[in-house]
Amino acid sequence: MIWKTIKVGFHRLGSAPSFYRFSTVVSPWLWAGFALCSVIGVYYALYVVPPDYQQSDSFRILYVHVPSAWQAMAGYVVMSILAAIALIWRIRLTEIMAMMCAPIGAAFTAICLATGSIWGRPMWGTWWEWDARLTSMLVLLFIYLGIMGLYAAFDDKRKGARVACILVLVGLVNIPIIHFSVEWWTTLHQGKTIRIFGESSMHYSMMPPLIWMTIGVKLMFGAALLDRARNELLTQDRRKGWVRKILSNKGD
Amino acid sequence: MSLRALPALLLRDLRLAVRHGGESLMPLFFLFAVLILVPLGVGPGPNLLATIAPGMIWVAALLASLLALENLFRPDFEDGTLEQWWLGHLPVTGLVMTRLLSHWLITGLPVILFAPLAAQMLYLPDQALGVLMLSLLIGTPILSLIGGLAAALTLGTNRGSVLLSILVFPLVVPVLIFATGAVAAAADGFSPRAHLGLLAALLVLALTLVPLAVTAALRLNIE
Repeated sequence: MIWKTIKVGFHRLGSAPSFYRFSTVVSPWLWAGFALCSVIGVYYALYVVPPDYQQSDSFRILYVHVPSAWQAMAGYVVMSILAAIALIWRIRLTEIMAMMCAPIGAAFTAICLATGSIWGRPMWGTWWEWDARLTSMLVLLFIYLGIMGLYAAFDDKRKGARVACILVLVGLVNIPIIHFSVEWWTTLHQGKTIRIFGESSMHYSMMPPLIWMTIGVKLMFGAALLDRARNELLTQDRRKGWVRKILSNKGD
Repeated sequence: MSLRALPALLLRDLRLAVRHGGESLMPLFFLFAVLILVPLGVGPGPNLLATIAPGMIWVAALLASLLALENLFRPDFEDGTLEQWWLGHLPVTGLVMTRLLSHWLITGLPVILFAPLAAQMLYLPDQALGVLMLSLLIGTPILSLIGGLAAALTLGTNRGSVLLSILVFPLVVPVLIFATGAVAAAADGFSPRAHLGLLAALLVLALTLVPLAVTAALRLNIE
């Protein structure tokens, strides 16, 4: 019974007007959650957490750097799952959702690279190093840009989305390379310090803002994804009846 | 099911390449054009050139392999031959692999054959020449496979060629790293086996998965 409700709900979400209604209701809550989590996270990060014994206050950029790095990779995994669903079951909405993951993921990758660079200048004494983690992250940025470029190059958006979905799945090989890059190659970027299973080598007093910021960033990704997908849907369907109806209900 | 059509396709592609003559050799000329620019750009000092030789030869080989990609599937796409691939009774993945093999024979193989000349131009140490050729032998088929994938993906777009290079570049980064790593190790007197092993692993991975992705991309584009 519950399974059936979930299944019907999922199929209903695949229809454009239902998705429009769903996303207009859900995304403000996700934005609010993001605002709340990041305010708490930033407060903890700047005022509660003690300074690092070596890096003093400059390590606090970690609370932007690490969550965006995680989200850059998690966003790619989400995009790959959506792309696989789009290619297998040909659901139009998942095609659009997969494509709309790319600009958000690219933005998080860029934030990760920029904050890492700013952090690296005082700590490592260099803006950039051709280290395995840094290079594989840069490659991720170009894969994201390639996906966006390929999607944009097609006049037929559905075909473009499906072709770009293949590229998404091919680019997935880079994700384990990024994840294991600090274990396979010993270069400049530090190894794994935060573990879900087993003890982290980061002190527990530094953990709370990281958790808040990570949750906040995930909510923001969801909110931005829903908003982008809704806008793309409205743009693509601008000549269709359901969009005209919504627009005429909004006045004039 | 007659697989004799696959050698026929290969022969046709090669015959076309031979009859086009100079045009088919353009990637090789381009490779040497890039390699001539290197000493002029960074200075003709043998020590510096020997250090950067593995990387420069590989980058030039990579750029050269991009040149012939635009026409890998496009003429067949435009005159409807690709649709016949699906209507016929042959496995399309086999046809795709045959086409990629002919691309490698036309653009990859000449680069390997002329690698000794390129190595001399940039003063690559003699003990590294064998490894350079071996790395090209393992690595250039990967370039053809990934390039073929990018060509198939961009088939339905009008402005394919710039996009094509942008798609290829992030995917070939590992090839470049391991191939130049192997040659540099050999030049410094170390064993290149680890790098070559990883490069061979990449080739096996690409050989198994890329033709499937190319087939899927072509199929979506002719829909």
